[in-house]
Amino acid sequence: MNANVKRTIEEAVLPPLVALVVALIVGDLLILAYGQAPSAVWRLLVDGTWGNAYGFGQVLYKATTLTCTGLAVAMSLRAGLFNIGAEGQLAAGGFGAGVAGLALPAGTPAFLAVPICVMAAMLCGGLVGAVPGALRAKFGAHEVIVTIMLNFIVLALLNYFVSAKLHVPETLHTPEVHAGAMPRLSNLIGAFHGSAANWTIVIVALAAVAAWWFLFKTRAGYELRAVGLQPDAAEYAGVKVGITWRNALIVSGALAGLGGINFVLGYKGYYEDGFTGGAGFLGIAVALVGRNHPLGVVLAALFFATLSQGGLAINAMVPKQIVEALQGIVIIAVATSVPEVRRILRNAVSKSGGQN
Amino acid sequence: MGALLFFAQTIRIAIPYLFAAAGGALAERAGVVSLTLEGFMLGGAFGAVLGSYYSHSAWVGLVVGVAWGLGLATVHAVSAIRFKADQIVVGVAINLFTVGITRFFLQLAFGSSSNSPRVAGFGGEGVAGAVGFLTNPLIWMGVLVMPVVWWVVQKTTFGLRVRAVGEHPMAAASVGVPVNRVRYVAVLASGALAALGGVYLALDQHQFTDSMTAGRGFIALAAVIFGRWDPLRAGLACLLFAAAETLQIQLQAAQLIPSQFVAMIPYVLTIIAVAGVVGRSRAPAALGRTED
Repeated sequence: MNANVKRTIEEAVLPPLVALVVALIVGDLLILAYGQAPSAVWRLLVDGTWGNAYGFGQVLYKATTLTCTGLAVAMSLRAGLFNIGAEGQLAAGGFGAGVAGLALPAGTPAFLAVPICVMAAMLCGGLVGAVPGALRAKFGAHEVIVTIMLNFIVLALLNYFVSAKLHVPETLHTPEVHAGAMPRLSNLIGAFHGSAANWTIVIVALAAVAAWWFLFKTRAGYELRAVGLQPDAAEYAGVKVGITWRNALIVSGALAGLGGINFVLGYKGYYEDGFTGGAGFLGIAVALVGRNHPLGVVLAALFFATLSQGGLAINAMVPKQIVEALQGIVIIAVATSVPEVRRILRNAVSKSGGQN
Repeated sequence: MGALLFFAQTIRIAIPYLFAAAGGALAERAGVVSLTLEGFMLGGAFGAVLGSYYSHSAWVGLVVGVAWGLGLATVHAVSAIRFKADQIVVGVAINLFTVGITRFFLQLAFGSSSNSPRVAGFGGEGVAGAVGFLTNPLIWMGVLVMPVVWWVVQKTTFGLRVRAVGEHPMAAASVGVPVNRVRYVAVLASGALAALGGVYLALDQHQFTDSMTAGRGFIALAAVIFGRWDPLRAGLACLLFAAAETLQIQLQAAQLIPSQFVAMIPYVLTIIAVAGVVGRSRAPAALGRTED
């Protein structure tokens, strides 16, 4: 096996492995603290997620949103920027899709309504991403600070629109969309009955492929990665770094915004205040464990979605909040230990003669 | 009377910001990103309620709350400084973790998913009672924390080291400053200080409620940035943000401006500040970088 392939496999396998091992160890401790048997809880978690069609459908549904926010964070990190505004961009995308679906007349055929709503979601997410992008390109404003602050601004703004302008009385959600709603997967596969898995998953899978194609097969993607690795060298080679940064954050925001259709068009049929529930922040974890690679992002999204759904499955035995703590620990462990473990592995290989 | 009430209410709202921003200013000046303030505060709030509930003493609550802050700060410090992990990633993760673990222990200790039972606090309750206001030691500590941190950063040897480590770690190391140790101390102090903000919040309300810090740690971070990483300016920013909130609460009946727009003020001001539209807000040069 040549060294490059070996390194690629190590890059790809190590973070999820660390994530899994740490989740198991810390999870055991927390379960024992609650006075339950870890093995029984873990079995329940697996049975409730991958063990039956409903649970699996829920995992797919949650992974769909997380794939979008994970791709968004990964796209920005590939350009050397850290977009932690996916939460607000996701909400804005959902809002855009919900409003577009409301604006369309009832009975608009799906082949028109769905693309319009999807475009609206990506446009709104992209607009939110354009703010830190433009400020970075024009003034050198640090995108981490701008994206954090923008999260709060966007969520407050959407809360205002929904609570003051568009809501159904006594609720914090908009009326149901007239067109653009996405059918559930259970219409095709009966076993998914009751789960929220819907056709958004196909659109998001296409988006993941497109993100891969863009990053690794196009000139713009190559330039984006070059800027991420060495902005000065890229500038010297004639790449417009500021514009690349701006565009990367716009694309990043659009990807996060796309995730909004999963809830709004695929699940509820309306925009609801607070629907994001931290999926934007979890996108950081997804990108981290997925090594900023679209395929890795999809797999990492499945992992974190399994934990989220698994929390509900085990709630009878231990509080479901256990998985929120676990998700945090997993991120800390991966961010902290992966470089270290990799260094130790390298040393071990070179000591044993480096047979590669 | 109205002015006095306004002032008292502003101080009351500002105290948690002042504690957290003091911690944030210290850690960021030492070059460590303070996205964690929110988590430290929430941990401090939960620790305070745990301690006060089991001991019936607010002082024990204070100590336990600070211990939670120190514990979380240790995690942040070890991964950021010892293992050179990405501080932003770990910061976000610590916030997620704290929300989860406080919910888990809320369930474990009090069997509730939303709030703890009532616990002992310092002095009087809520806004009412000027005596309670004046006898709450956390109010006095909160008012004094920023001048003290300013003095530490600007006038002491330790403060000089903090600044050196945050601007030029290599240069600091070459003259014998123990870079990592200074950063450890700064991050642990920021954990304790931000936790005090949470302690105040929880004991003031005499209970812990799920995610009760509600973004206050980020407002504190905004104050640090808006105050250009200077403790005194950051303290003034805290007061400014708190005054805006007080104004909003008092004008609520009049419905002049929707509350959401008032809530945006700190964040909008901070974005304007970092964009450098009116005077550039410049971060410590080595902020977020530990690869020295």
